[in-house]
Amino acid sequence: MASDAITVPVGQTEARPWVDELHQWLTTVDHKRLGILYIVSSLLFLAVGGVEALIIRIQLMHSHNNFVSPEVFNRMFTMHGTTMIFFVAMPVLFGFANYLVPLMIGARDMAFPRLNAFSFWLSFLGGLLLYFSFVGGSGLYGAGSAPDVGWWSYAPLGARAFSPGHSSDYWTLALLVSGFGSIGTAINIIATILCLRCPGMKLSRMPLLVWMNLVMAGMVLLAITPLSAAQIMLLIDRYLGGHFFDTQAGGSAVLWMHFFWIFGHPEVYILIIPCFAFMSEIIPVFSRKPIFGYPVMVAATVCIAFVSMSVWAHHMFTIGMNSYANSFFTLTTMVVGIPTGIKIFNWIGTMWGGRIQFKTAMLFSIAFLFQFLIAGLTGIMMAASPFDWQLSLSYFVVAHFHYVIVGGILFALFGAFYYWYPKMTGRMLSERLGQWHFWLFLIGFHMTFDVMHIPGILGMPRRIYTYEPGRGWDTLNLIVSIGAFIQALAILLFLANLVISYFKGARVGNDPWDAWTLEWSTSSPPPAYNFATVPTVASRRPLWDLKHPEDPDSRYE
Amino acid sequence: MSAATMTTSFPNTAAEWRLPSRGKVAMAGLIIAESAIFTIFVVAYLFYLGKSTTGPTPQEVLETPIFYTICLLSSSLTIHLAAKALERDYARLFLVLWLLTIALGGLFLFGTALEWHRLIYQHGLTISTNLFGTTYYSLVGLHAFHVTAGLIMLSLVAIFGFAGRVGVSQSGRVAVLSMYWHFVDAVWVVVFTVVYVLGR
Amino acid sequence: MSARRTKSNLCGGWQIVLLLFWSASALWAVEPDGTPGHGTNIFSPASTPAKSIADLSVFVLVITGIIFVVVFALILYSVIRFRARATDAGSEPAQVYGSTQIELAWTIIPILIVVVLFLATARVIHAIQDAPEPAGAVEVTVIGHQFWWEFRYPKLGIVTANELHIPVSDPSHPTPTFLQLLSADTDHSFWVPELAGKTDLIPNHPNRMWMDPQHTGVFLGQCAQYCGIQHAKMLLRVSVDGPEDFAAWVRAQQRPAVEDAGAIAGRRVFESNACMNCHAVGGTPADGRFGPDLTHLMSRATIAAGAAENTHDNLRLWIQNPSAIKPGSLMPAMKLSDADLDAVVSYMETLR
Repeated sequence: MASDAITVPVGQTEARPWVDELHQWLTTVDHKRLGILYIVSSLLFLAVGGVEALIIRIQLMHSHNNFVSPEVFNRMFTMHGTTMIFFVAMPVLFGFANYLVPLMIGARDMAFPRLNAFSFWLSFLGGLLLYFSFVGGSGLYGAGSAPDVGWWSYAPLGARAFSPGHSSDYWTLALLVSGFGSIGTAINIIATILCLRCPGMKLSRMPLLVWMNLVMAGMVLLAITPLSAAQIMLLIDRYLGGHFFDTQAGGSAVLWMHFFWIFGHPEVYILIIPCFAFMSEIIPVFSRKPIFGYPVMVAATVCIAFVSMSVWAHHMFTIGMNSYANSFFTLTTMVVGIPTGIKIFNWIGTMWGGRIQFKTAMLFSIAFLFQFLIAGLTGIMMAASPFDWQLSLSYFVVAHFHYVIVGGILFALFGAFYYWYPKMTGRMLSERLGQWHFWLFLIGFHMTFDVMHIPGILGMPRRIYTYEPGRGWDTLNLIVSIGAFIQALAILLFLANLVISYFKGARVGNDPWDAWTLEWSTSSPPPAYNFATVPTVASRRPLWDLKHPEDPDSRYE
Repeated sequence: MSAATMTTSFPNTAAEWRLPSRGKVAMAGLIIAESAIFTIFVVAYLFYLGKSTTGPTPQEVLETPIFYTICLLSSSLTIHLAAKALERDYARLFLVLWLLTIALGGLFLFGTALEWHRLIYQHGLTISTNLFGTTYYSLVGLHAFHVTAGLIMLSLVAIFGFAGRVGVSQSGRVAVLSMYWHFVDAVWVVVFTVVYVLGR
Repeated sequence: MSARRTKSNLCGGWQIVLLLFWSASALWAVEPDGTPGHGTNIFSPASTPAKSIADLSVFVLVITGIIFVVVFALILYSVIRFRARATDAGSEPAQVYGSTQIELAWTIIPILIVVVLFLATARVIHAIQDAPEPAGAVEVTVIGHQFWWEFRYPKLGIVTANELHIPVSDPSHPTPTFLQLLSADTDHSFWVPELAGKTDLIPNHPNRMWMDPQHTGVFLGQCAQYCGIQHAKMLLRVSVDGPEDFAAWVRAQQRPAVEDAGAIAGRRVFESNACMNCHAVGGTPADGRFGPDLTHLMSRATIAAGAAENTHDNLRLWIQNPSAIKPGSLMPAMKLSDADLDAVVSYMETLR
């Protein structure tokens, strides 16, 4: 057990001309820089998507409001959904995966660095293409308009007859292009994890974040491609006179729904599984205990991946499938809740008996547990298809999925930011601003999304630019809107924290959190080559073994 | 700047540490993704069988392309032999078999072109005629597109081969490319069965 | 173990506050309205399908509520009980890797819960979807359009729009209404929460639903599947009538259009402009199907699928400039002269 200490110089002391720096960033193939590019671009789109949400909420503040026209409103909810899913959530998660996976497995970079860069720029181009629609897409109402078909573009609404001009083509092309980028990244992640692990890191010794990104990448291969196929079919319908979804020629609008949701449901698991990964790294460190039930967590994740491919038609309970189909999808949807619930129990088991430190990253993680529990339970409610015949297409389901995406995914992401920002930049995010960010966002989130369930129960459908007075929806919508503005404020604080701390944050060494996985063994930020010598590991927590040679994990695994 | 101190001292792992080749894993990933795309087109084809409201039906116009299918499937054999030859450093034999593969693949595409010409001009079946036309041309066309992309890559390797740049040390990359070609052939087996056997 | 007000206590505190808030909201929503037939609350069911759903929903809510309370309590407890204390500095807690028995327990219990929930749900699915149609049922064909509802009663020879009349159903001698759902253009969804769960109207994909309202009154709803620019104003108005009222309504609807000599001028305007291309008036040459049937326009309380009340001024405004009421509606502005406009509105007002 000889211990060699190697001194590694980090960073660069001379300032570079900004043109050089910009060129470096634009041509980089380094996974760390690409990771940061993914993350920064997703924050830009987060701001834009957030503004779209605020426009929606202002219009819905009271009944018969006139803040925006129905045309603009319909574009806003279409763009908000499309932006947030494809150009915020997916890129930011790919960004963290890019940054962390090679470091956590002791590798120098991803398996295919140039493919990595190509995939990023494809994704980014997709985002630009979507927003070019505001200028380039000529719709029914004049020059330049964004798509207004909803982020699902149900057939036949997406057909030429109902969506003339090019607005929805920008939607289709943007997603097709960024979809290919996603597939490239997924292939890269899988190849990296299977082929570049450092010696000793068997699959059973990989950090859970690595496992979960592996599962996520596998799902991307199987789930994004159906959407690509459906979009090719839609383009054939729109431009080559095809009849895939042409109901006048015997085509089926329901077929589009099946194809879309075969993508759409696994997609939301693609989004949440990396967030489970963040929780599985952060909660143990701030509870000072290893994750409770590592093998079960892996098995549950794989189980979720498989079962989630069989639940898609729970988005289609109202389309008139027969009772056997409805029963089947009710069953599978309820079943997928089981491994998901097991994970929540395992995180609680991790905290149990621990010594919990309430750093900002941990605050976001605890809120995640609480909120993801609620989101999962409202999901179980809607799994009961008759209940869904009332709740579907209403503000109840809007509240449910925002509970998952904001209350689950975004909270976990905030945790990840506070936890790994020191590694990426060499500086801590301000805990003070972090506390403000957390509490303000928590209040705004609950004000909006707890209350939002109620108009759904009271019969308010979604995607309506205005609503009738006297249905009891006015006050509730007002409260929802106010909460949105509080969340916006909190996010501004967060963005400010990111920027200010970059210049003024406390500097850190390798391992500010006293953590246990390989990324904390190198400097903050890591050098371009990550590790001066390839590490060798003997357990799931190599740094624990180093710090506690009298009681290493390798003795028990 | 500060220097970072990193300790490396993880014990054991005397055994060899061997992991799969990244090219093969990546190509397997691509094949999985592409299979999903083809599955969706096959599902659409099967779903719409018999549902066209007008126009020619498969029974009326389709002729089973046995010869061209044999060409394409044989090209799987030739590419397999070519890859094996390269592994054993028989560069000449490799090149011959490789060119044969390209020729067989090209012949298949030629056959597809002939068939489409006949369908369009003799029977008036286009992608916009009816559901059969839409699903047929999309599925067969998607496959033909993948054959074309494969042929382009195979031709690039042939060019490098003629320039003497393809030797035994490239056998790994050639093996990865031949995985793709085998996939294209496997997809044709499925498409053939669905379109020319089940669909009629 | 002193009761210091530390940050960690606050952590637990906000969770309790949120729990109370959430329970209060849930109770508020679940409280029945009290006055059936007014409102769109899914927990004020007035018809068997809606009632079965509400009952199942309460069952599901109770189970998920119990799960919530238990898990929430576990999270809260662990966060408070196992917070780091100053005395812990420098030492690590026991490094527990897991426990097979505990994992088994919290796998098996959820499986059992799922089995119970599924069986309860499957019963309701079959009861609603596979309900046979009794002999006395009223049959309505609903055709969804952008952005209005067409209602046809094939056995009664009635065609109307936007406002549905159905008979109240006596549980001892049920007279439910069975709806066949079709679409003329894109996807829509028929949702009247207090009468039934929603079912979509999808072109080339006929659907079927039923309801048997047990109270008279007017029930509100609207289209629930985004169908284009004016999806928000495709409202539904279902009038559940007692047996005599329903019979009277049917008789009135079956009559051809009222012929009022004083409205001849307006009728001429109607029939010589493009109106006939889209609208039908029973017993006259006008038989367009693109827009709502106007034979008994005055029997309806609203126009433009609920976007405006059926008053003289609104009718006039609608014909003159539909965009003022429902921008994006597929009815063009007719650009009539004032005289023609007044005449045609007078004609419309005779169509009782």
